[in-house]
Amino acid sequence: MSDILLEVKDLKKYFKSPRGTVHAVDGVNFTIERGRTLGVVGESGCGKSTLGRSILRLLEPTEGCVLFEGKDICTATRKELKELRKDMQIIFQDPYSSINPRKTVLELIAEPIKFNKLIPNGTETDIENRVLELMNIVGIDERLINAYPHELDGGRRQRIGIARALALNPKFIVCDEPVSALDVSIQAQVLNLLRKLQREMGLTYIFITHDLSVVNYFADDIMVMYLGQVVEKAPSEELFTNPMHPYTKALLSAILVPKVNGNPEHIKLRGEVTSPIDPPDECRFAKRCNYICEGCRDSTPPLVEVSPNHFVACHCIKPGENTLHETIVD
Amino acid sequence: MSKKNTTASRLSSQYQKENRTAMVWKRLKANRGAFLGLIILCIMFLLMIYSFIFISYDEISAIDSKNTFQDPSWEHPFGTDEMGRDMLKRTIYGSRYSLAVAFGAVGIGMIIGTFLGCIAGYYGGWVDNLIMRASDVLSSLPGTLLGMVIVTILGAKLINLIIAVGVSCIAGFIRMARASVLTVKANEYVESARAIGMSEFRIIFTQVLPNSLSPLIVTATARMATAVLSAAGLSFLGFGVPVPNPEWGALISGSRNYLRFAPHLCYFPGLFIMLMAFSCALLGDGLRDALDPKLNK
Amino acid sequence: MSMKNENAVVEQQVTELDDDVVLDVKDLVVQYVVKKQVVEAVNGISFSLKKGKAIGLVGETGAGKTTTALAIMNLVPDPPGIIKSGTINVCGHDMLNLEPSQLEKIRGKDISMIFQDPMTSLNPVMTVGEQIAESVRLHENVNKQQAIQRAMEMLELVGIPGERAIDYPHQFSGGMKQRVVIAIALACNPRILIADEPTTALDVTIQAQVLSMMNDLKEKFNTALLMITHDLGVVAKMCDDVAVVYAGRVIESGTLEDVFNQTMHPYTEGLFNSLPNIGKRDTELKPIPGLMPDPTKLPKVGCAFADRCRYATDICREKTPEPRFVSDTHMIACVRYDEPDFSIEGWQNE
Repeated sequence: MSDILLEVKDLKKYFKSPRGTVHAVDGVNFTIERGRTLGVVGESGCGKSTLGRSILRLLEPTEGCVLFEGKDICTATRKELKELRKDMQIIFQDPYSSINPRKTVLELIAEPIKFNKLIPNGTETDIENRVLELMNIVGIDERLINAYPHELDGGRRQRIGIARALALNPKFIVCDEPVSALDVSIQAQVLNLLRKLQREMGLTYIFITHDLSVVNYFADDIMVMYLGQVVEKAPSEELFTNPMHPYTKALLSAILVPKVNGNPEHIKLRGEVTSPIDPPDECRFAKRCNYICEGCRDSTPPLVEVSPNHFVACHCIKPGENTLHETIVD
Repeated sequence: MSKKNTTASRLSSQYQKENRTAMVWKRLKANRGAFLGLIILCIMFLLMIYSFIFISYDEISAIDSKNTFQDPSWEHPFGTDEMGRDMLKRTIYGSRYSLAVAFGAVGIGMIIGTFLGCIAGYYGGWVDNLIMRASDVLSSLPGTLLGMVIVTILGAKLINLIIAVGVSCIAGFIRMARASVLTVKANEYVESARAIGMSEFRIIFTQVLPNSLSPLIVTATARMATAVLSAAGLSFLGFGVPVPNPEWGALISGSRNYLRFAPHLCYFPGLFIMLMAFSCALLGDGLRDALDPKLNK
Repeated sequence: MSMKNENAVVEQQVTELDDDVVLDVKDLVVQYVVKKQVVEAVNGISFSLKKGKAIGLVGETGAGKTTTALAIMNLVPDPPGIIKSGTINVCGHDMLNLEPSQLEKIRGKDISMIFQDPMTSLNPVMTVGEQIAESVRLHENVNKQQAIQRAMEMLELVGIPGERAIDYPHQFSGGMKQRVVIAIALACNPRILIADEPTTALDVTIQAQVLSMMNDLKEKFNTALLMITHDLGVVAKMCDDVAVVYAGRVIESGTLEDVFNQTMHPYTEGLFNSLPNIGKRDTELKPIPGLMPDPTKLPKVGCAFADRCRYATDICREKTPEPRFVSDTHMIACVRYDEPDFSIEGWQNE
């Protein structure tokens, strides 16, 4: 009944550093159905961008596999990968560094088309017409076709990035913080554009962000990450009305609402994000957590389904049983 | 609708094609310094062509013992040397060697050095280590010694002199290219190119290299003058262009004994080397700016 | 919505001469001249700040917020920047007509500033203790020992153990660095603190920590705060008053209540409509169309926002909006309010 487009199985990405092994992504599992949006939320260093890049194999995963329409990306040959990448694209965070400053808008958007020979035997004019079509779709004025990126503002540059991704007619796009470098009014324009594209082209998104209000607006399901692991995953509505994991609760309480008296005291966490270098086998949030119960320091809690479609990784929360409120520590 | 689009794009395509080269040229012209450098270099090349046609080897090598060490005059605007040969003709004749050494050696150094530097910087890891250690070895050898060894092995010819000088500047270019590539490759557009399926090799040469060129161009122009001088050093030691051939560096080193009473023997070749280095530097700066779309004003 | 604006303007000027006012900016105009082009960064900004209060300067990139802050410190880089006109009064000092030596005494002592990026505002080769102590010794007659003592106290105040004074900046995380920056800024107990996007580079939970710490310190020392931000949520949490800036002008200002609950300017409304609403997932975002105007090509007459404004009429392009007080505190600059029954749709504040 469900049409699964992408399945990620026990994905791990470790980096070697002089101080030890960085567990950037450590055993992540999820599936996305066609046409839906999965929001990935977390603070800097939680591995959300690494996850996005590992899924596209822009980084080689250390372990685990990614199945796209049933094909394993991690064992694909170079040729297969090139084909697969037409279906899977990425939109980057920084509109200032994600497009080559020495190329014009035309060259930038034509690059993926020419490189992948998407218009067989196409003349320059055919390619240009396709570029103009894409520019219309993403809303860049045609007269800017020969402009250089530095002549454009962040919003338009981000639209170029989107046009480049769309040029390949992908089915699936990883959006890595696509609006966090943009101004509020421009941010809303780009979000609306991404939503429109999803509706019209049936795109599937992974939407990576640190901004909870954006992800709430944009995603169908939300996955909260902490130090390379998923701590909670639920449909957006459910996550915002009934957050369970102590970290999710703190995260939600820290959102600043633009309302007079809209921001009561937030939940204070102890300390700051700990290092992802060689983490011990315990709950990675234990050092900052306001609650403690049996087992927090003994093993990594597994992600369990506590209610339909609501997954939580916390030793204190089990299906039908939530002992968090009893165990508050100072 | 589609018809209208077609015309629109055809127009833009033509506009574009004229645009790229024309724009670089326009900006280069607008930069007075660069334009001056270009003119001086052009004059030097014209002089070189002139020398091929109008100055024979006999004219610049024939000894005239009556007219030695003459001061500049109408007859000999640059004076004459210890064997009475006309310095103007010798200097102009020598431009072929010096220009060849300057452009050839720097060209060799830049192409090989940039290539290796890009590979080292982009791939990192053991490739980087290998290339960089090799380049360390290269740069730890004194340039003159290295040149002598290379010329000894290959034989004393102009082309070998060029190779010798070129090899000694490879290490500098490797370092420069690598540093530049390291900063450029951190940009997300490199990843973006990978995401559209480009191969690594292609990414290096279409995305990374064009954005790392600025410091390389500047280094290259700065190396021009030193290349001529190190070639002169080798020539002087007998490892370069054979003696009667008036390579500029050789002219200077050959006349150093007479510096006290016939300084003009050094002035003119020296002036030419300086002019060449100066105009290359000006042109290099201008070229760097003209190639950068960000400075489009 | 009565509009006896003439009287209100006069009254406002009288109240500004109040003793409590620590910072008063009037008709500030700052321009940058780059390659013969004039960038009109700030075009007549006025506001004032009372002791212990917090005002938020809200706007998007290029609105002139940071330039205003630099002008207040008299730190606008010259060239290319020129403070064309206006007055800036900091605790009774006329900042624009002081000798450099006098300015140095005021900066850090009466008024300090913290910047957006904590990574680059600390010196990597000095311990954080030394950096705080340096600022103390510049302005107060204390010996090195006392200054270090003070530095440790300041660190404790911002929630960092005092013994970490001997650590170098790279040993701290981003949030901790921003705390150190705040400690340096507050070390001499300034009367005014300018915070330029102090938490933009920080994570959500760390932002919440830093902001509530700033709030506590502000109350403890009775410091006046000028908060420069693009984030209306930060303003809602931190500020008593708000000034919304667009293209170098204040287009709406007033108390938090005025601006957030009785929004009147179309641009402010647009900002609120651009924000995803946590409570309501399905409301479509209504972004402001178009882009910020090019600051080298601002219209000579008329409203700079007219091209993006859905309420704009011909009059908006012909008449430059003047500040208009609709209550004692609430100011807007919009020509459409000349029409007695004009009102905007407002945003859903649910």
